[in-house]
Amino acid sequence: MPDKPKIAMYWGASCGGCEIALVNLHEKILEVDGAFDLYFCPCLLDTKTKDIEALADGELAITFFNGAIRTEENQAMARLLRQKSQTLIAFGSCAHEGCIPGLGNLIPSTAFFNEIYLDNLTVDNPDRVVPSHLAQVPEGPLGVPKFLPQVRTLAQVTEVDYFLPGCPPESSQIWQAIGALTAPQGPPPKGAMVGAGDSTVCAECRRQRTDKKVRRFYRNYEIIPNPTDCLLEQGLLCLGIATSQGCGGLCPEVNMPCIGCYGPPAGRLDQGAAMTGALGSILDLGDIKGISEEELHGRIDQALDAIPDYVGAFYKFSLADSILGGREK
Amino acid sequence: MKRISIDPITRLEGHGKIEIFLDEQGNVANAYFQVPELRGFEAFCVGRMAEDMPNITNRICGVCPEAHHLASTKALDQLFGLTPPPAARKLRELLYMAFFVTDHTTHFYALGGPDFIIGPDAPSTERNILGVIRKVGLDIGKQVIACRARNHAVIKKLGGRAIHPAAGLPGGWSQPLSEAGRKEIEQAARENIDFALFTLKIFHDIVLKNPAYLELVTSDLYLHRTYYMGTVDPVDRVNFYDGMIRVVDPEGEEFVKYTPADYYQHLAERVEPWTYLKFPYLKKVGWQGLTDGAKSGLYVASPLSRLNVADGMATPKAQEHYEELFATFAPGYTTKGRRKPIHHRLATHWARLIELLYAAEHMLALATDPEITSPEVRLISSGVKNREGVGSVEAPRGTLTHHYTTDANGVLTKVNMIVGTTNNYGPMAMSIKRAAEKLIQGGKIIEKGLLNRVEMAFRLYDPCLSCATHALPGEGPMEVVIRDANGLVVRTITRGRQP
Repeated sequence: MPDKPKIAMYWGASCGGCEIALVNLHEKILEVDGAFDLYFCPCLLDTKTKDIEALADGELAITFFNGAIRTEENQAMARLLRQKSQTLIAFGSCAHEGCIPGLGNLIPSTAFFNEIYLDNLTVDNPDRVVPSHLAQVPEGPLGVPKFLPQVRTLAQVTEVDYFLPGCPPESSQIWQAIGALTAPQGPPPKGAMVGAGDSTVCAECRRQRTDKKVRRFYRNYEIIPNPTDCLLEQGLLCLGIATSQGCGGLCPEVNMPCIGCYGPPAGRLDQGAAMTGALGSILDLGDIKGISEEELHGRIDQALDAIPDYVGAFYKFSLADSILGGREK
Repeated sequence: MKRISIDPITRLEGHGKIEIFLDEQGNVANAYFQVPELRGFEAFCVGRMAEDMPNITNRICGVCPEAHHLASTKALDQLFGLTPPPAARKLRELLYMAFFVTDHTTHFYALGGPDFIIGPDAPSTERNILGVIRKVGLDIGKQVIACRARNHAVIKKLGGRAIHPAAGLPGGWSQPLSEAGRKEIEQAARENIDFALFTLKIFHDIVLKNPAYLELVTSDLYLHRTYYMGTVDPVDRVNFYDGMIRVVDPEGEEFVKYTPADYYQHLAERVEPWTYLKFPYLKKVGWQGLTDGAKSGLYVASPLSRLNVADGMATPKAQEHYEELFATFAPGYTTKGRRKPIHHRLATHWARLIELLYAAEHMLALATDPEITSPEVRLISSGVKNREGVGSVEAPRGTLTHHYTTDANGVLTKVNMIVGTTNNYGPMAMSIKRAAEKLIQGGKIIEKGLLNRVEMAFRLYDPCLSCATHALPGEGPMEVVIRDANGLVVRTITRGRQP
């Protein structure tokens, strides 16, 4: 039997949900196992870096890389796997756009150590010890991988061939993406999104849009939305309009607003900017003819007052890959 | 001094690493279990809107997002001063039982189980889920996959998404359950009970009836006398969703029982410079390093610890198996008449299956509760009523606590979390060290058993990312590198796939 193509799945700073999404192919996982030789996967197989180093360049057919780049170790592994893989896929929101860990870019790295290890209710740390890549124990050096000043996406540290969005990617979309990459007519053009659609979540949402404008936004605990109308038009901050199609509209289906986990829609670089643009067309600011710029700003502020955390609301998943990027470079 | 690196170890959250140092006689001088990974939710959640937390914190763990989602939602109940309608509470619990069934099932068949079903010293190529299927039959492998699929479908139906559910709101749940949906879930629960009973039978037939395995389970290799923690209901039975936190001492006496909101009066965390993970311990006992006994504040929060702190199970079939577990280990009784704890760590595997059965039975009770389809599933609020909220549940891997402080506008100003697996960091490190000490003596290394038996020391705690491996075939290959004092490699032992 000819050797099956080798594939790898590796994680950076991640939650494990991408691995669960893969396992949730359920019986189809046996087909994946039949078609590919899963060669490297720290949760399953040989996790040694040197085994990957020993491969010829490009010997891995496909690497699914999930997780963000948070430590020096994440970064080194991303670059090593790039070198050894014919095709490198940013798998899931963390690798694609930084995801929730990317919110860490709002604060300097020193603040992490302060909040977690020093100024913390349960920590008992009179000597003010914090983890360090230079740590020593009596028996010798025993450091942790260096914490980088900023969360970065996979494409920010190495060249990426395809992006598979979602937090995590829906299992059905993983299956679609595997099909697209191995299609007889050849894989999609380099740099493409796989396992997602060309439109927005609104295209797959069953709720009715009526081009109604809203006077103010509500926080989700303030109102019970009706089950049939567009959540954004009911005044809930639903990001579906600024989010790539792909999940099937799952959150609006259960009366919860889209929080944007599939990232910006095709052709839009910045999800928060796309959402801000969308708000311009949905906010009802009353009669604005002849009012001063100052008053206009005042009305906009008033309409948006319900959102005290604009970045967290609009860039929950995409901050690291946004035009804002983050605080510390 | 020689140094042995196991880097990284497999099947636990992030990139775990073990460093073992040998003294001049070749005995273990020290062993360190490092967690070289930090994302820092406690830091970057400050500034977020409180109601976003169920959806932010489920991204802490894709293996147990349900636990974070519910702990977070319960913390919001407190912040907003809302008591969810009964149906909302029951829907949360129903989702949680389905989650426990899938999580515990997959651990037994794909991760912890192979060590027993196949055997700890069997060839590594056999000791995996495929070997399990060969031993117990292909049909059972398909049943395991079907069990995961069935319960993830329930999670998606109730929570909106199969991974990272979305339905948690302060004071409720975002959608009611239809009668048609309820019927499907009832059917799933019935199948779960059959599956759990059948799994316990496999455990009896293959593990308990095999004298060699029974000896391993009851041996001292993985025995530690520590404190135990778990959530109990008003009559001191195991509860996963809500209750009081009970801690018993190594002799089984109740050390303390507290409401989850008081956790900070009872727990403290130690920081070490060589790892990103903190070591929790009982504040009133104190930190004595990685050592067991009544004078050391280390405690375990696991399936076994939950059974150790409780007076029994809340469902009849699970109670029968609970009795059998304690009869087998016969730890005896305290002067006050409660059972003494079981200190044999490998009994955790058995305890996990008893919890699996309890979750399935309780799932059926919830799915057949007339109130479960009530349309009254949420309350609304004009804003936070309290500035602090603590939410706690039992995650499969231990007690999970979320603590939020906000400003008047419901924006977080402080976040503290003690997460399931974290509770057991000290005990896991201790178990690893114990296994290393027993297996590495006088510089002689027992090659065949060492790698797997060191792994078994942490695997029994089911550290978090293990779940990610569950339905996939494979044995975690591993390499031990022995270096001299100058860091030069003197010997390499490899198991599993070669490059």
